Amino acid sequence: MSDYKDYLTRQVMLGKMNRREFLGRAAAAGILASTAGTLFATSAEAQEPKRGGHLKLGLEGAAATDSKDPAKALSQFMFVVGRNWGDMLVESHPTSGAPVPALAESWEPSADASTWTFAIRKGVKFHDGKELTIDDVIKTLQRHTDEKSESGALGVMKSIKEIKADGDKLVLTLTEGNADLPLLLTDYHLIIQPNGGLDAPDAMIGTGPYKVASFEPGVRATFERNADDWRTDRGFVDSVELIAMNDATARIAALSSGQVHFINRVDPKTVNLLKKAPTVEILNTSGRGHYVFIMHCNTAPFDNNDLRMALKYSMDRETMVERILGGYGKVGNDFPINDTYALFPEGIEQRAYDPDKAAFHYKKSGHSGPVLLRTSDVAFPGAVDAAVLYQESAKKAGIEIEVKREPGDGYWTNVWNVQPFSTSYWGGRPTQDQMYSTAYLSTADWNDTRFLRPDFDKILLEARAELDEAKRKDMYRTMATMVRDEGGLILPMFNDFVNASTKQVKGFVHDIGNDMSNGYVATRVWLDA
Amino acid sequence: MMESGPMTGPVPTDGTADGAHPRSADLSGVPAKPNPAEAKGEIDGTFWRRFTFRRPLAALILQRLGLSVGLLFAVSLMISGGIEALPGDFATTYLGQSATPQAVENIRKDLGLDKPWSERYLSWLGGAVQGDFGTSWASKNSVGEQIGKRLGNSLFLAFFAAIVSVPLAVGLGMLAVQFRNRLPDKIINVVSLAAISLPEFFVGYLLIMFFAVKFGVATFPATVYDSMSLTERLSAIALPVATLVLVVLAHMMRMTRAAILNVMSSAYVETAELKGLGMFRIIARHAAPNAVAPVINVIALNLAYLVVGVVVVEVVFVYPGMGQYMVDAVTVRDMPVVQACGLIFAAFYIFLNMAADIIAILANPRLRHPR
Repeated sequence: MSDYKDYLTRQVMLGKMNRREFLGRAAAAGILASTAGTLFATSAEAQEPKRGGHLKLGLEGAAATDSKDPAKALSQFMFVVGRNWGDMLVESHPTSGAPVPALAESWEPSADASTWTFAIRKGVKFHDGKELTIDDVIKTLQRHTDEKSESGALGVMKSIKEIKADGDKLVLTLTEGNADLPLLLTDYHLIIQPNGGLDAPDAMIGTGPYKVASFEPGVRATFERNADDWRTDRGFVDSVELIAMNDATARIAALSSGQVHFINRVDPKTVNLLKKAPTVEILNTSGRGHYVFIMHCNTAPFDNNDLRMALKYSMDRETMVERILGGYGKVGNDFPINDTYALFPEGIEQRAYDPDKAAFHYKKSGHSGPVLLRTSDVAFPGAVDAAVLYQESAKKAGIEIEVKREPGDGYWTNVWNVQPFSTSYWGGRPTQDQMYSTAYLSTADWNDTRFLRPDFDKILLEARAELDEAKRKDMYRTMATMVRDEGGLILPMFNDFVNASTKQVKGFVHDIGNDMSNGYVATRVWLDA
Repeated sequence: MMESGPMTGPVPTDGTADGAHPRSADLSGVPAKPNPAEAKGEIDGTFWRRFTFRRPLAALILQRLGLSVGLLFAVSLMISGGIEALPGDFATTYLGQSATPQAVENIRKDLGLDKPWSERYLSWLGGAVQGDFGTSWASKNSVGEQIGKRLGNSLFLAFFAAIVSVPLAVGLGMLAVQFRNRLPDKIINVVSLAAISLPEFFVGYLLIMFFAVKFGVATFPATVYDSMSLTERLSAIALPVATLVLVVLAHMMRMTRAAILNVMSSAYVETAELKGLGMFRIIARHAAPNAVAPVINVIALNLAYLVVGVVVVEVVFVYPGMGQYMVDAVTVRDMPVVQACGLIFAAFYIFLNMAADIIAILANPRLRHPR
């Protein structure tokens, strides 16, 4: 059923179905009208777009050190740059997160989900006029999986064993079955380049809706509309300008004075002031990113589950969302998945702030003395404030937390994933499987809670190859409960992506995939004069 | 580094008009003190002494140039050591939280980070001596080309801030002396002190709020790029220039005022006054040349600040200058870029200080013609 719903949504996205037809078929399939309505609404917002104009975006995250090679794209700025000039094989649906065709027209898994065949779209032209071939696709994927690769997508590509062509089809063979493979190919590093970018990784030649006109790292990037774009439902403005603005106040000033149309990373502390400006609209999208307090399950004193439980019950989640996120977020439940993921296991009880239970577990753990928590403002915006708030709420349960502020420089190398109790953040992943495999599998490089559980690993691998969705959902429920009740993760909040635009900007699509409409903001919006 | 050591040279070190200022000793002591580390000193001790005696200015410049090469070398060594001492290397900091061991390993191998520190430094030095500063590790662009653009932007901003602020500061300083302890003096003092007391980012935000957001008369952001015309550039930098002027004005103005007032209490000014000369003429003809040395030094320091120290203003106004470039590079430990930026900054300080000393000597006849 879920598949069929996704299929319908996809048809709407591709413009192959109108509202009446969609509702009719959805009703016939027994999908609630309200659900169907929201599904349609996301794409219906894109009706009657106006073409033309010059779109200016003021974005945080650019640096003079940014590389033009998509394999090395890291910053928010380069993320949007890449989305403008390039295409992946697969995209994810803005609200359901399901894979939708991009340069790959369709795909078929083998019965055990370990071999996948992709049909590549025909008649697509690169910006330099050359036609996209299967060879370009294969070379691109090889460049990102090569053992000498410096690609940011190396982690997600590890499971691909063989990349080859079968006539004009792409065949990927995996080391083990993976029902979510198409979603892995939505990774923003995996832009298909001519000859895989082996000749000129920095050329910024792709198949995207905009051609790069100029690029100065850490300063500015400008784009012209690609007249030969293979899609007509995107790229509405004639030209796009991205301006690097790393200062939050500068972004707000530029937006409220009308110098730019769109900004990212609005500080939760000032969002309420910005909201009052008559020309400005706040665009917040709930997402999968989350702010975390992480304990190493194998390091004393955190190897004691009672102490971990005591610390979990000491967290006042509502206050965190209110104070740290300014209300732009949702409370977390100590496992890294929320209802934006497909196959979210509903009905797991929400953990609440409970000083009595915390005190009970703390006493049972036999621990005494202060617990050292390391934090820094680079861990997430407001991390130091959050640590102090946490210190206060834990004090009421009789637990003493010592907050140590670490230098932001080198935090990711020296504190995160090194020290036994620290603050951090996670961006979301396209699937539950990928989130758990990245940070909760025993062998994962980034297992930052040292959650070493063979029984958990076993279920994770089984779920990965399971094509029956009901069974899979049950497995995900078991896994979520294990992490929630036995893991080293304290997850107080999922943060919203908070952007803002002038009222002139229309058609912004709230995309659960990632910040700034999953990076597609410039390709999806248009300017209403 | 030259303040220590006895003043043994032929140049008089005491009795100069600005003897009260601590920098004067350094100033006049320089050309006379033979430096053992100085290569030229070994050529011919007596020749050097005679040369120093006859052409003190040329000797000073030669000695300073020689020393600055040594200084730049020391700076490069310190930068290299500093980057080494920072936690994490390029591979781990560049990849940040998304680092995987294999990607880190690949980058290290690619850049030769697995080799010992001394070997890496020497190979960089080998290139730098020949004028090749290499390519940025992160963006793979030529450092020289990148810096050329950024330095041009920084100098452009600094130049306009300087041609507004220096005459303004000196003029206001003289004005303050003429009306000392009266209303104009007090107004100048209060306003300039208020401007220097506010942090520069706050001054910047205030200007943005009023001139860009409320009145909408100024251009913001101040981003400049290649395809801009000169007038567009000038309009873009109006607000940052105004901010910088406000920030550096008070320092120079107050030093001008203090130095002139100091001279004004001396006997020859009294004589001039008794001769019946006008106040402004006394200040301009008699007091100012003798007060120039400390003022020039303050101006030089402020000019150096305008080139190398304005990273906060760059960030607030989104201006692509050197400061932001270097900070970005340090954040990811991009050694070739940090080295090049550091050396340029050091060269600016050395050059501006040298220029200040030379101008001070030229302005003072007693230093120009030593006994």
